[in-house]
Amino acid sequence: MNIHSPSLRSGPDERGHFGQFGGRYVAETLMPLILDLETHYRAAQADPAFEAEFDDLLKNYVGRPSPLYFAESLTRHLAKLAADAGQPGNGAKIYLKRDELNHTGAHKINNCIGQILLAKRMGKTRIIAETGAGQHGVATATVAARFGLPCVIYMGSRDIERQAPNVFRMKLLGAEVRAVESGSKTLKDAMNEALRDWVTNVHDTFYIIGTAAGPHPYPELVRNFQSVIGREARAQILEAEGRLPDVLVAAIGGGSNAIGLFHPFLDDADVRMVGVEAAGHGLATGEHAASLIGGSPGVLHGNKTMLLQDDDGQITEAHSISAGLDYPGIGPEHAWLHAIGRVDYQSATDDDAMEAFKLLCKVEGIIPALEPAHAMAAVMRMAPAMAADRLIIANMCGRGDKDIFTVANVLGVKL
Amino acid sequence: MKADRLSARFAACAAQDRAALVTFVTAGDPEPAISAEILAALVANGADIVELGMPFTDPMADGPAIQAGNLRSLAGGTKLRDVLAMVSEFRRSDNVTPLILMGYFNPILHYGPARFAADAAAAGLDGTIVVDLPPEEAAELTPSLGEHGLHLIRLATPTTDAARLPQVLDGASGFLYYVAVAGVTGANAATASDVAAAVARLKQSTKLPIAVGFGVRTPEQAAAIARHADAVVVGSAIVDTIGNAATDRANDIPARVGALVAGLAMAVRSARHSKDKAA
Repeated sequence: MNIHSPSLRSGPDERGHFGQFGGRYVAETLMPLILDLETHYRAAQADPAFEAEFDDLLKNYVGRPSPLYFAESLTRHLAKLAADAGQPGNGAKIYLKRDELNHTGAHKINNCIGQILLAKRMGKTRIIAETGAGQHGVATATVAARFGLPCVIYMGSRDIERQAPNVFRMKLLGAEVRAVESGSKTLKDAMNEALRDWVTNVHDTFYIIGTAAGPHPYPELVRNFQSVIGREARAQILEAEGRLPDVLVAAIGGGSNAIGLFHPFLDDADVRMVGVEAAGHGLATGEHAASLIGGSPGVLHGNKTMLLQDDDGQITEAHSISAGLDYPGIGPEHAWLHAIGRVDYQSATDDDAMEAFKLLCKVEGIIPALEPAHAMAAVMRMAPAMAADRLIIANMCGRGDKDIFTVANVLGVKL
Repeated sequence: MKADRLSARFAACAAQDRAALVTFVTAGDPEPAISAEILAALVANGADIVELGMPFTDPMADGPAIQAGNLRSLAGGTKLRDVLAMVSEFRRSDNVTPLILMGYFNPILHYGPARFAADAAAAGLDGTIVVDLPPEEAAELTPSLGEHGLHLIRLATPTTDAARLPQVLDGASGFLYYVAVAGVTGANAATASDVAAAVARLKQSTKLPIAVGFGVRTPEQAAAIARHADAVVVGSAIVDTIGNAATDRANDIPARVGALVAGLAMAVRSARHSKDKAA
């Protein structure tokens, strides 16, 4: 086993930078809050009681650990494709990390549990969050209900339209969902509006950011809360196979499920990692959400990262069939891992994701969310080209119940 | 050594025992040609210092009025180089009124901080306010600004406590912009007593003039602040006037803005001299 030296797991630095990315690019009004959050987070990290409460809630409320499931039927299907294409003996063994089985149906709840405990520790009495697909909004509304705190969720009006079931869920859970009409009316604009709320309600409000992005310390703390995915997967694959996997695969929007899976493996030089961005209608069309492959460095939402922007530094609109990937930026740690080449970032189009979505339904009886369907599209591409003794772990970070209306629409079915 | 228009203007206002009126508009709002006329109208009607907004798609610290102004400007195709061209054009006829650019870091970063500072200085700019560039991240821009004699105007807010203030002041120049309320631009106004206390507190730590803004919309509010601060900043009320007039397809937008600014200027100029100072 080759170990990376120096460690790739020690970031960010004390100023919140991952290489040239990250940092704290916020209005002065928010700076003291960000610094205060960091102080409280450091204290929580050093407090065994905080970790114990986090672990207990993950186990008994979220339902962790999530299974690491050997997708035998999918593996067999892709091996047959390889054989049919004249490459018998190919078809890597595919494991799925089943975070879609979590309470609320996605990985988002892991981070929300951590942040609501921080909010409670800091004496905050009001919760706000942004959401794209609605999974983070549902997870935030869930923990706010569980801890008895009022909660406002900002959501682009376009996303409200395409994610109606999640909007209803949030309301059932007692959250107020505020439609954001500005800009592209999607996740980016919801985040702007949440930041505006926070800067206005500085004394009582905790902002639960849903992905590993935003001003330091958010990228770090979200990553740490989500790293439970990778820690479990590591132990589970060692138990099942007696060795580490060859490849990890995860979809990337802001990148929290991916960094959660990847981070515990970053120093294992023999473990390859593939992050899959949303290529929308195709990278060449310009209508995509691939900020690493199709973007350039810039500053938005409190951090320096890779962004979709025009030649004047104006942010351009992202496109993806998946509302959860429809964001013109990405977490700063991914921007850094991309820059140093540790993670291989690929992309999958809307069509690729739909094919993977249908295949997983058909051969595994699992309806994936459209986000991990992008990861599965990459798995479908790579597994037939790999030997049968190779191991892939793909992050099944959410279930597809929320997406059935979008999918029905694509398939021309009226529900 | 080039003339420092900002300190000259603050000195002139102080000599008259009055606050300066700082007016904000977004460059290119509602469209480029009218925007230049609006700029002239601001000064003609009593603005002492002009803050020109560099439009950005995602103005996170701004309320609805200035967000809309940004989008109107961008819809008209305004680029950062156009904003700098507006500064040059303004300087052709006015070499005394201080002109400040205010905006977000990403367009500057994309333009290149060194190139931005060089071009802005050549255009006749006096300083810049970058809303999302706190002292912790400012090193990417400050050396270039310093090299070209441009002021870096810093923001202090109600959340900037005594422990943090020295960091905000370190490297600040031109004036200190006190954001009177925690919130976005154009929201609620602070009370005069809160502003007075804040200005007094800041004055203990800096010799820089203190400008107070956020939520100042009416001549009455401007006068109340002008009694305590070295400058009063009005933005959203002006941008709202531009927005409403643009919606009405009015052909007298600069005149409407001028009328608003004239009222503000009169209030600011008479604030410390009126008989009912306690009002």
